[in-house]
Amino acid sequence: MPDETTPSARLAAILAALFPDGHAVAVADGLVTGDGPFGEGRLAVIGIDSDTALGIEGACLLAGRVLDVARAGGGTPILVLVDSDSQRMSRRDELLGLNEYLAHLAKALLLADAQGHPTIGLLYGHSAAGAFIATALATRVLAALPGAHPSVMDLPSVARVTKLPLEKLEAMARSTSVFAPGLDNMVRTGAVQVTLDPAKPLGAQVAALIAEAPTSDTRDALGRERGGRPLAHDIAARVMREAEGRVVRGV
Amino acid sequence: MDWKPVALSTAPLDQSWYEASARARLAGLLDADTFEEFIGPAQRMMSPHLPLFELPRAFDDGMIVGRGRLDGRDVLVAAQEGRFMGGAFGEIHGAKLVGLLRAALAVKPAALLILFDTGGVRLQEANAGETAIAEIMRAIAVTRAAGIPVIGLIGGRAGCYGGGGLIAGTCAHLVISEGGRLSVSGPEVIETNRGAEEFDSRDRALVWRTMGGKHRRLIGAADAFVDDTIGAFRAAALAAIPTAPTFDLASLEAEQARLEARLARFGDAQDATEIWGRLGVNDPAAVPGLTTEAFDTLLDSLPERPHHAR
Repeated sequence: MPDETTPSARLAAILAALFPDGHAVAVADGLVTGDGPFGEGRLAVIGIDSDTALGIEGACLLAGRVLDVARAGGGTPILVLVDSDSQRMSRRDELLGLNEYLAHLAKALLLADAQGHPTIGLLYGHSAAGAFIATALATRVLAALPGAHPSVMDLPSVARVTKLPLEKLEAMARSTSVFAPGLDNMVRTGAVQVTLDPAKPLGAQVAALIAEAPTSDTRDALGRERGGRPLAHDIAARVMREAEGRVVRGV
Repeated sequence: MDWKPVALSTAPLDQSWYEASARARLAGLLDADTFEEFIGPAQRMMSPHLPLFELPRAFDDGMIVGRGRLDGRDVLVAAQEGRFMGGAFGEIHGAKLVGLLRAALAVKPAALLILFDTGGVRLQEANAGETAIAEIMRAIAVTRAAGIPVIGLIGGRAGCYGGGGLIAGTCAHLVISEGGRLSVSGPEVIETNRGAEEFDSRDRALVWRTMGGKHRRLIGAADAFVDDTIGAFRAAALAAIPTAPTFDLASLEAEQARLEARLARFGDAQDATEIWGRLGVNDPAAVPGLTTEAFDTLLDSLPERPHHAR
């Protein structure tokens, strides 16, 4: 087990690659916060390390750091590094309103981004379910390193819920990306925009993501292009056409 | 026998929200005959993925979106049908709400209402559902920042769980009834992962006081607690429109303070009744049995008003 205040080897390598001149990023209880010099300015960092589950305290702490960056202004980009478990599954977390804490963290990231702090997610390990939505999926651009393995739910759990045999699900997972865990499938839905090249300098790749971040949400268009979500983009566009086409009536 | 067909003789506004279908909720919630659906069931936009699992499909994929009037004001509405696949988010189900939210920027409705009734992500389309939830949350932030209130109504059979709970937490204002449950991990999920000692999902009283409408209202997770009738939800939705907070740094800083204070104050509580006692409720054990009227009186009598920056 890694020490709670020591970054995992993978995280330490990422931080060393991003900040060759050193940084002020710390890890406590699997939660990553801090910043470091990056290009002409600084890069703020939050994250979850070592497959840690995200509970109410963690979400609250990370959201507070994001709001600190937003309050300070200046357009400092925010990098969200993720190797997490799912949301922490406990009676206490739900009693105290985990849905509010997770949504608050996502909202903090969305607000910071809207106020000129580009948010970049970098998935370097696992992530799942509510923790994934509240962190990586709440960024403007989500990238992954090879070997990352996001999932909504693992196949044995899917088998339990859908009451289908695991062997059948495993066979289906090879031919269809829409329900199967794994990075390739999340790339195909458009949720993960790009997989980075570990042979190239990480800092330059992150800088390019910040510079080229799309201003609107392009994930459903990517999902259509890549075949992982064949209909989502067109359905959303059709609803928009029907809603906007008749707007003059009755206003 | 004095058997009475209650449902048949009840006026639409007096019907149970919990028992009603998503379409019946919309019909009663909006001004009479004003609902117009986008991509209605006649267009048969059904899930392309469920046949792989040999599961039946629905012509509307369990999500109904459209426009209507609420007391004469133009609103956009989305309603989940909890009786189809537990109201879960699949590719089409989610994309319809994404499209509705994106349309709000141009349509500029008085409000956008989401009638939640969902167990979360549809596992047969998990990646599409999960991504749609992220798109919906981003679109809600954009919609709210443009000054359009996004209001959530929670009182359906399936509750509001999983990613649905995160979407609800992104709304500007939430209305909830006794039957509405709001949470991320559901009781069965916690029990499956952690055992019955952690959460006995068959203990309905425990489920209700941990995730139910009264608890959520008392801790500030919901803004209004209403009777389980379509009329009560309609009145609360109308009242919410002028008061819903916008999406800005001040709102989120107030929410940060609210959530930090909750952790500091109740972080060691073992049960909802302990939290209610600390909030100043004299007889916490009596709360689950209170009528809506008595519960409102209780809320008014508490030393501090719940505040709901969100």
